Amino acid sequence: MTAERARELLATVGGVTVAPDATPIKVHVLPEQWVDVARLAKDTLGCAFFNFLTAIDWKAEGLEIVAWLDNLDAKFAVEMRMKIAPGETACPSLVPVYRGADWMERECFDMFGVRFAGHPDLRRILLADDWEGHPLLKSYAVDTPHPPYR
Amino acid sequence: MEIKPPVPQIPASFWKSVKDLQEWETHHKRRPETGDKHSSLFEQVTEGIHSFPGGFALTTVADGFFNWARKSSVWPVSFGLACCAIEMMATFASRFDVERLGMVPWASPRHSDLMIVSGTVTIKMAPMLERIYDQMPDPKWVVSMGSCANSGGPFRHGYHVVKGVDRVVPVDVYVPGCPPPPESLLNGLLLLQDQISQFRRTGQRAEPNEKVD
Repeated sequence: MTAERARELLATVGGVTVAPDATPIKVHVLPEQWVDVARLAKDTLGCAFFNFLTAIDWKAEGLEIVAWLDNLDAKFAVEMRMKIAPGETACPSLVPVYRGADWMERECFDMFGVRFAGHPDLRRILLADDWEGHPLLKSYAVDTPHPPYR
Repeated sequence: MEIKPPVPQIPASFWKSVKDLQEWETHHKRRPETGDKHSSLFEQVTEGIHSFPGGFALTTVADGFFNWARKSSVWPVSFGLACCAIEMMATFASRFDVERLGMVPWASPRHSDLMIVSGTVTIKMAPMLERIYDQMPDPKWVVSMGSCANSGGPFRHGYHVVKGVDRVVPVDVYVPGCPPPPESLLNGLLLLQDQISQFRRTGQRAEPNEKVD
């Protein structure tokens, strides 16, 4: 499997937009295809390493989930991006495909409040369990008080 | 064509200095007016001796002796939080060697007199820090080491950092720096020894020391 072949294969999937000439291979995916494209990347493209998953808060345009999948043998990477609707926090989970997505999705839930449907154990990972709010959202004020220490 | 020099654009600061001082006064955790917990029997006996004719000479000498003993064996807890802890370890190690001042880093808060808060205190860590402080026997002292422990430092406007450890425990000496080099910490520890040598007979805090306060 090479990067060019992977790009061709991803372009054949309906509904997937492959950004031209971008390194790494950058694909925009619809939410209902999110798990299927990840499974294709793992089984067919050989992206065995789940590098990271995070989110971007585009304010009025809603959240965008970014996942980075690496093929370490052929030395190429696939960057999957998915926009979820404004005000929406539900998103399909990648844990059934990649076990490495477990803690990444917990962190994403912790910081952005994205609720991953199908995640086996979705709770906070970095912040305290009684924390209120999701601090990396743009709507979170940095001086939010946390009695008794702040 | 006229060339104008660039006008420096200085962004407005996040806070005003006076407001910041007021904020510090609001949240600063002071030592209780009654002083540290200590033996009331010991206090009554020393008060009795002190009021006895000529007894003040004995209590003053005993006072000086106890303060000398206290300041010569300040044992800090081995407790590091962030990169300042690396400098603290360097201070404990052979090149700077605070053991010649009687400071032995001890791995138990129950045998220690001093807590060096070396690093960033997060909101999640603050209850644990308070618990370690509560486990230390009185009299006890706290040195706040580095900008993060003093005021929150570069993370002051983050969402998860306590803006100064003096909101959690009362602090005796603040050591500035990011991180403070071992010389700075050593200076802070010497100032703390000065402060301890003023520790009064009844176990209460010293008068403000112009070298420190």
